[in-house]
Amino acid sequence: MADALAFRVGPWTVRLHTPLPEVRRTAAFLYRDYPRPGPEAFVDYEIALLPGRGGRRWWRPQVRFLFEGQEPFAPLTRAQAYPFFEWGLNWCLAHHTADYLVLHAAVLERDGRALVLPGPPGAGKSTLCAALALSGWRLLTDELGLLSPADGCFHPLPRPVSLKNAAIDVIRRFSSAAALGPSCHDTHKGTVAHLRVPAGAVAALERPARPGRIVFPRFVPGLAGLRAGRLERARALVQLAEQAFNLALLGEAGFEALCALVDGTEALTLEYGDLAPALAWLERAHP
Amino acid sequence: MRVPLLLQVLRGSRDPRACSAAEWGRLVQQARRAGLLAELARRLEGAEADLPEGARHALRWARAAKARQDQLLRWELQCLLEALAPLGIPVGLLKGAAYLAAGFAFARGRLFHDIDLLVPAAALQRVERALFVAGYVQVDADPYDQRYYREWMHELPPLQHARRGTLVDVHHGLAPPTSRYAFPAERLFPAMVPLEGTDLPLVPRRLGDEDLVLHAALHLYTESEFRHGLRDLLDLCGLLGEMERRRAEFGGRLVARARALGLARPLYLALRHAAWLLGDARAGALAARLEADAPWAVGVYDACFGRALLPAHPDCEDAFSGLARGLLYVRGHWLRMPLRLLVPHLARKAWRGMKAERTP
Repeated sequence: MADALAFRVGPWTVRLHTPLPEVRRTAAFLYRDYPRPGPEAFVDYEIALLPGRGGRRWWRPQVRFLFEGQEPFAPLTRAQAYPFFEWGLNWCLAHHTADYLVLHAAVLERDGRALVLPGPPGAGKSTLCAALALSGWRLLTDELGLLSPADGCFHPLPRPVSLKNAAIDVIRRFSSAAALGPSCHDTHKGTVAHLRVPAGAVAALERPARPGRIVFPRFVPGLAGLRAGRLERARALVQLAEQAFNLALLGEAGFEALCALVDGTEALTLEYGDLAPALAWLERAHP
Repeated sequence: MRVPLLLQVLRGSRDPRACSAAEWGRLVQQARRAGLLAELARRLEGAEADLPEGARHALRWARAAKARQDQLLRWELQCLLEALAPLGIPVGLLKGAAYLAAGFAFARGRLFHDIDLLVPAAALQRVERALFVAGYVQVDADPYDQRYYREWMHELPPLQHARRGTLVDVHHGLAPPTSRYAFPAERLFPAMVPLEGTDLPLVPRRLGDEDLVLHAALHLYTESEFRHGLRDLLDLCGLLGEMERRRAEFGGRLVARARALGLARPLYLALRHAAWLLGDARAGALAARLEADAPWAVGVYDACFGRALLPAHPDCEDAFSGLARGLLYVRGHWLRMPLRLLVPHLARKAWRGMKAERTP
């Protein structure tokens, strides 16, 4: 098999083994600026993306995701190969650490303080996150917020931002600096393309950020203006707990970390229909 | 094939603290694939300060995952035994659940995937009903599978808790009635040991000392798949150590019991391979006492098990690993049932597999 591609994401090293040219190309493009550990490094996650078994290599071709020799997911159609790598890697990273409480949230930093945008898929956090990352905010993560119970900070895990459907063109129009990978059509989420993380955010891979503000975004199509509100701490705690991947694994330490987060950080809600006013509001609301 | 890193470490012939970062990467992968990462963490407790940071991260995770699993198991046992307490029957725990409830030190790093119970065959229907009421339902409603288990197997089709998702296997024997190694399960119950001091709604039991070891050997050597083979072999060594500490001349009793139940051959093979692969001297000494029960083509067994028991990792495989696993798959089934039952069963499984391929 062709050479593996190893790169450092946040605290961990990932090595991707794949013979699929489109995946190699896209990964090389999106992870261009990431540190490349040599063969003597410890590898945390060995991932392989392989063609389907037997006839499914050619006939209605499939792709398989392997972690530690196991296939945690059913194969997908070959057209979804690259997004499959990113989704599968998310799962691996979220479920194999006890050092961080992993929150389903985008996290960005400005002036040393982190903006946390938690939210289920469809809340519009990826679009906001991409736009902020292209407007001077430092991207820590678009999907997996690493909250350390030890220091109460968010630790960077910058990975390509997954954009869906209309958001792809919105971001392309938003900034000429947006470096987007190829669009994959007909995935179970529709069309998906990934935005390369700006080099500055990759360079700060080791720099955590203290929480500054939590904003639960919700995209409401056609909404003129913004609807913002304050979220009680107890409610914020529950909603964050719902977005945590490994709260049960961390147990009490995870719960304490969440409590400390909502105790020290104001939580807001933001409904928006238009990107520009939402961004301006987030700038203003940032401590 | 070189001796895989994981085996070297388990045997004690290689100090993991002297492994390089890249070697640690392979060690963690091999251990993860064999389900032994928590075991590695247990062995290195307190001695990991100088390990590569990535290795320490993986071990911390394994330790947390193990703690969480033990917590879940205790809760699940509570629920299960609460449901079974009114029946007034003896309830045995098998394998991982038994080791945990018995507090065996060697099993403190052992991961498991389901809970195995042993109940008298006569109570099976009442047990199934009581568990159903408590939320444990059939995983697979396929009528063929249901019939297969109920007619030919020594256990009910797997049960799963409808909300918690926990898997439970209810056994009424240790081997299928059609198996070469079948014996009446009634012979197990008188030797069973109550597990006191667990705070559970009824006092569960474990198998008698010798039967514990025999079950571990039987399970390992009549299986068709060996994903956790190395872990099962470690269990066997751990049990031997535990029992020999409790009772002098345990070996003699074990050999006698194995012969009385007709399980001398699987025991011999398990001991032989524990001595060979894990360097366990106790197992080696006992295997020597069972030489008379060795199968005649023992070299073939070595060639197959010596491959299938290793973690499914590229470092641990050679050109024959696939063949060895395939042969043992067929052998496992062949030991379980006579050919006239086996051929239609495997044909049916293969056909169903093909159908599943075609309807994505």
